[in-house]
Amino acid sequence: MLESLLALGGLVLLRDSVEWEGRSLLKALIKKSALCGEQVHILGCEVSEEEFREGFDSNINSRLVYHDLFRDPLNWSKTGEALPGGPLEALRALCRRTDPGPVTIALDSLSWLLLHLPCTTLCQTLHALSHQDSCHGDSSPGEQVHVLGLLHEELHGPGPLGALSSLAQTEVTLSGVMGQASAHILYRRPQQRPTHQTDPTTHLTFNLHLSKKEREAKDSLTLPFQFSSEKQQALLRPGLSQATSHIFYEPDAYDDLDQEDPDDDLDV
Amino acid sequence: MFPELNNLLNTTPDQAEQGKLTLLCDAKTDGSFLVHHFLSFYLKANCKVCFVALIQSFSHYNIVGQKLGVSLTTARERGQLVFLEGLKSAVDVFFRPQEEPHPLQFLREANSGNLQPLYEFVQEALKPMDSGEAAWRCPVLLVDDLSVLLSLGVGAVAVLDFVHYCRATVCRERKGNVVALVHDSGDAEDEENDILLNGLGHQSQLILRAEGLATGFCKDVHGQVAGSKLCFGSRSHYCMVHDLN
Repeated sequence: MLESLLALGGLVLLRDSVEWEGRSLLKALIKKSALCGEQVHILGCEVSEEEFREGFDSNINSRLVYHDLFRDPLNWSKTGEALPGGPLEALRALCRRTDPGPVTIALDSLSWLLLHLPCTTLCQTLHALSHQDSCHGDSSPGEQVHVLGLLHEELHGPGPLGALSSLAQTEVTLSGVMGQASAHILYRRPQQRPTHQTDPTTHLTFNLHLSKKEREAKDSLTLPFQFSSEKQQALLRPGLSQATSHIFYEPDAYDDLDQEDPDDDLDV
Repeated sequence: MFPELNNLLNTTPDQAEQGKLTLLCDAKTDGSFLVHHFLSFYLKANCKVCFVALIQSFSHYNIVGQKLGVSLTTARERGQLVFLEGLKSAVDVFFRPQEEPHPLQFLREANSGNLQPLYEFVQEALKPMDSGEAAWRCPVLLVDDLSVLLSLGVGAVAVLDFVHYCRATVCRERKGNVVALVHDSGDAEDEENDILLNGLGHQSQLILRAEGLATGFCKDVHGQVAGSKLCFGSRSHYCMVHDLN
């Protein structure tokens, strides 16, 4: 299951609740990424670095870079230990990181960021973060950025949840029944572009094709109401062509032409 | 303290765990007995306690404490207990110069503000001992209660930030404990309170929930206490129905 969650790349949203916590799954995905040789950057807002690293062996821990937003996220201590610029700048710094190679970025948690940053700013930054591979022109298509975001569902309204959901390529919702945990996984696969267009005029019972001669005749046809330069010249020089029009009418036996009252023959 | 609760939690004052956030909540009943329990528990465990008491007066907690076997007056005199009496000091805020910081400074501010002064009070109260003073077991912060801060105009995120900083300092840095009571509004649909309750639920190692009985009032049994302990990523539950009068 862990491989399939990391297969698509982009943003993987882990939705948990008080009853069914998701940090263990986040740590399992981080461990998987680290074992695949990726470097993992963790933006830690909710637990200390020591607590987060618990359970990882030294091989995994050496691949984890912990950006500590837990100890002093709002710079209350004024000891200079806080990450400069606060949570938004810490998140943007992850976008600007330039180390080569595949990378996984874990946000623990997106809920903390959503409670402290405007939703639109967070969504824009998340979009930039999960589409980094398209920014670096020299990176190969195989080098994806995985962004893992832990989200506590009960803390947010439907608007922010929907916005984050629309950014995610994969969404895992943790729940359970009778003490047994379960995960509902939703994949949003990118739309397939068609590689060729089929010709709609084949396999018809009538002919829609034009021969070369027919095509030439069609292209050289001047439409009657098309305003071409010849027509413009003709109108500008009335003397050269027939200026007045003349109606030739031959009355038959039933016509009673009365110039005084041309409509006299109508029975009204 | 109530021995039945100790049995439920499988703990005694001598074996008190450290570095934990305990969330107390009540729904359709009064959960303040849990506060009295933990206050007497940690005083008996020889911990240094900072009690942010916003609901009742010092004498109320002292009277109940004496029934549970502790004297708050004695504990305060020997430096074991730092007591912030919210009801009394809230009035002081308005009769002192504005430049002097006060833990309940937010009462003076037009905007909801943050609880940084209150955090700094707690940080100062529970700072590590100088070598000359008596050594206490571990620092403990007790808050009764956090829901009243919402009623006083503080936002849920500001209260969560306050608890976050207390956790970082008291639990993580100083290996102490934080115990806080939040009321569950239940059907009342209080969004801010729900954010506070659920936000703290995610951070707590232990959640104790006192509920009225589903069947209604009963003379002998006042309610039930349900516990939920976070252990290695999953929550284990237990329940106790008792008369805790």
